Amino acid sequence: MSAEALKYTKDHEWVKVEGDIAVMGISEHAQHELGDVVYVELPAVGDSVSRGDALANVESVKAVSDVYAPVSGEVIEVNENLEDHPEQINKDAQGSGWIAKIKLSDPAEIDQLMSQEDYQKMIS
Amino acid sequence: MNTLPDLLFEKSRPGKTGYAFDCDPLPDTTETVDPELMRKDIPDFPSLSEVEIVRHYTNLGHLNHSVDSGFYPLGSCTMKYNPKLNETVAAFSAFTSAHPYTPHHLVQGNISIMRQLEEWLCAITGMQAFSLAPAAGAHGELTGMMLIRKCLAKRGDPRRIVLIPDSAHGTNPASAHFSGYDVREIPSGPDGVLELATLKEHLDKDVAALMLTNPNTLGIFERHICEIAKALHDNGSMLYMDGANMNALMGIVRPGDLGVDVLHLNLHKTFSTPHGGGGPGSGPVGVAEHLIPFLPPPVIPKKETAPPNYHIPDSIGRVKNFYGNFLVMVRALAYLLSLGRHNLRKSAEDAVLNANYIRCGLSGSLDLPYSSRTLHEVIFSDKDLPVSTLDVAKRLLDYGIHPFTIYFPLIVHGAMMIEPTETESRDTLDHFIQVMKEILAEAEADPEKVRNAPYNTPRRRLDEVRAARHPVLKWHPKEQE
Amino acid sequence: MRYLPLTDADRESMLRCMGISDTDELFADIPAQHRFPSLEEIPEALSENRLLQHFRQLAAANGHEQYLSFLGAGAYPHFIPEVVTHLSAKGEFLTPYTPYQPEVSQGSLQAIFEYQTMITQLTGMDISNASLYDGGTAAAEALLLMQRKSRRRRILVAESLHPEYREIIAAYIQNLDIQVETVPMDKTTGRVDLEALKSRLNNETGGIIFQSPNFYGVVEDAGAISEIAHTFKAYSTQVVAEAMSMAFLKPPGEQGVDMVAGEAQSFGLPLGFGGPYLGFMATRAEFLRQIPGRIVGETVDREDRRSYVLTLSTREQHIKRERATSNICTNQAWCAVRAAMYMATLGRTGLLEIARANHLNTAYFAKQAEGLPNVEVVFPKNFFNEVVLRVKGIEVDELLSHLEKHKILGGVPLKWFSPDYADCLLLNITEIHRKNDIHRLVDALGGAR
Repeated sequence: MSAEALKYTKDHEWVKVEGDIAVMGISEHAQHELGDVVYVELPAVGDSVSRGDALANVESVKAVSDVYAPVSGEVIEVNENLEDHPEQINKDAQGSGWIAKIKLSDPAEIDQLMSQEDYQKMIS
Repeated sequence: MNTLPDLLFEKSRPGKTGYAFDCDPLPDTTETVDPELMRKDIPDFPSLSEVEIVRHYTNLGHLNHSVDSGFYPLGSCTMKYNPKLNETVAAFSAFTSAHPYTPHHLVQGNISIMRQLEEWLCAITGMQAFSLAPAAGAHGELTGMMLIRKCLAKRGDPRRIVLIPDSAHGTNPASAHFSGYDVREIPSGPDGVLELATLKEHLDKDVAALMLTNPNTLGIFERHICEIAKALHDNGSMLYMDGANMNALMGIVRPGDLGVDVLHLNLHKTFSTPHGGGGPGSGPVGVAEHLIPFLPPPVIPKKETAPPNYHIPDSIGRVKNFYGNFLVMVRALAYLLSLGRHNLRKSAEDAVLNANYIRCGLSGSLDLPYSSRTLHEVIFSDKDLPVSTLDVAKRLLDYGIHPFTIYFPLIVHGAMMIEPTETESRDTLDHFIQVMKEILAEAEADPEKVRNAPYNTPRRRLDEVRAARHPVLKWHPKEQE
Repeated sequence: MRYLPLTDADRESMLRCMGISDTDELFADIPAQHRFPSLEEIPEALSENRLLQHFRQLAAANGHEQYLSFLGAGAYPHFIPEVVTHLSAKGEFLTPYTPYQPEVSQGSLQAIFEYQTMITQLTGMDISNASLYDGGTAAAEALLLMQRKSRRRRILVAESLHPEYREIIAAYIQNLDIQVETVPMDKTTGRVDLEALKSRLNNETGGIIFQSPNFYGVVEDAGAISEIAHTFKAYSTQVVAEAMSMAFLKPPGEQGVDMVAGEAQSFGLPLGFGGPYLGFMATRAEFLRQIPGRIVGETVDREDRRSYVLTLSTREQHIKRERATSNICTNQAWCAVRAAMYMATLGRTGLLEIARANHLNTAYFAKQAEGLPNVEVVFPKNFFNEVVLRVKGIEVDELLSHLEKHKILGGVPLKWFSPDYADCLLLNITEIHRKNDIHRLVDALGGAR
């Protein structure tokens, strides 16, 4: 998944839009800062979220990091593979380390996300 | 995997026994109990002889670094010497064999001990009364915040918010949250202390209290504390002081005089009771007059002949079974009596002197993030360090020195928090400074050497990721072939 | 002073090194008007011999050692092998800090791992933590865990839970959005009233917390209680105040209980006038990420040697900060190691034998008491080592007074805790009571008018 296609939040989440579904996870930068991921607490399928709500959390050995919903909608799928293989977030944070898929309730919110360029600027 | 030393379960052999107790033969019938309620066995529970048990634990002991074996400069932990005299006293059978529900007239000695300890703590801190119930610092913090909440509620002005500086230990916001408050973090000033202006910026009628560690986690005395207390009081708020670092203040200043409404102390830090590898501790809570009505039961009255009081109408309620960690209190009292008035202050002075001596010795080699005066502990950062703080800590282990506290407080990058305490000799400090310089030099010349430390310890670096990803939290018998 | 290694010469030269002339300068930040209080009310130092004398006098002011005691109610007198006292006194176990540097803490870590294992074996649970403060706070933590995991605000608490534990629970939840409701006791059996439990359970109940053996000494039907709770998808927590009972009774884990919390003072810790004691908690695997307290896990070091380390630390409050779900940092680790030493020393046969002796002694007393006109064992069925004794024809205080004259502490008067049992005593008999101790009690009871 090419990084350019992704949008970002200031809390280091990435979003890939596929029709009316937003796939999301934490950024490569975030994964690197966190260190080895040991556990991921996933949201429940069917949960309704608003943009900015606490959606999930990602644990390393020494820290817990909240993951926030980048968009509003309904959680329609979660990456269950992360339950047994949390390290997938370290290996491929912006690809197979995705966390959840949200069915957008307000597609206009996508425009409020950061572009890849702006995100790069923010983290440097 | 190399699995030595064996676990108890691996050494266990059926038929072995480690004890000798004889009961009088009595009718061997359990007819009063429904048979389905009883167990027949404890499968896989170990059986060893006494000799094997002694060797097992003796050899385990050899794998531990302890205050008894070497320097232990953990910041904010006050790893001072644990006097053996205190152990003797705490082992008196009159104290160890006393049941907590013994009628009061038969345990006057124990009640005196608690009364005397409370008197000492009041005298040292300038607070009006203490609850000895809490079992640890965090427990004391929770109790203290609950006291504040109850007091404000009784005034008809509950409020929602507790202010906490960004340098605070995590138990502070946790305790505030547990007491039903929302936490608002406020920044420390450029000098490392809380500025009055910053406080006032965040002070509104919704603020119940400020939790302040003093000296703070940077080892710096919060010199604006008197004005801060006044601003809080004028606003109808209270000042909670985290007294974990009281070792710098004994005989130097009394928090009660500074306007503190409630504080907790750590007997297992400042007052020399042993840490035991993670407890037991004791976290007494001291209060100003207006918080006395809300103390948890039992309250030991000041009057010599009055029994402990369990009926406190406005109490926050009981926070601990029975009286608290009584045998820990005995040790603390023995310590205070051994120290006496002048040595209290002398201990604080030596603690501060030792920490500043280390600061002096290492400030040429490490980055000092704050130039402010520090008391009993000093913090360095990992700025310009070719290796990480963790690496330096691990290399220290090779020298038989326990590392300082690392990565705390969060506001200093790669924090190294060093608290030598007063019970260390100058030789120990000189050796530590020299070793640190050696390690730092090695970090420049051969960083990989430091990154792969330790080498000489019972274990080298552990795979903590594996422990968290694939938790194995107990022994399992091997599968039958 | 022997705890202060610096000499005056050291101090002087250290100050010089630092470019300071006087120690007072180090304290320049302290507000001048409050600096260096006189502390005149504090006495001067006591030397070692004087200190021992001081404490011997305090010890002498305790008269209880002259008495034969049947006090229990959450703190129990048991035989402690000398080996346990000696091994636990070692500086290597007593004086280290929390094992955050595992490379030099394998002694403590392995000892706690072994403790965790033995607790799971006794409870029949999957996981145990490394200790909590005591039984009461452990019960409170268990209640909070049930609430968290179930996401339901309503929890049922058995009336027959130790009154101090109920008080602690009330204090812990007073500022939280949790509602606690009591499930009454069936006064004929002394057990949780199952019909009342059924009627109080609903889809908003997170769980039931009950004690077994309960405060009145009665062993509950943990299986029945758990089954009822589970029909409403609520959790079942068993509190154990007398850990020795776990070596006599069927493990909670085999009865459908979801978590066990309580007091393990009985395992090698002296009565100590109430502390330090040993809170314990053990749960099924599903609570792994939520269980409070420290936990030791197994791993390897880089030379592939089996090693132990504190793990799953992100649950803890010094990391979770205001999102912490429990309140425990320093715990009772040394007490847990001591309990492990005790359990290892008694071992499989010893623990079973001693637990059995507790019951046989208590059953013997109950049988002897049958012949007495002025007392009655209220719940004669399904007790472990405690019984409620109703006192007839004489005031409880008078009876206790009479017993005291015979140098006997005849149990805890239940009027301290419950108006329904104001005419009763709670008596505990363990393995340390000899046959003639029991007869002495029976005779003294019989002689009271």
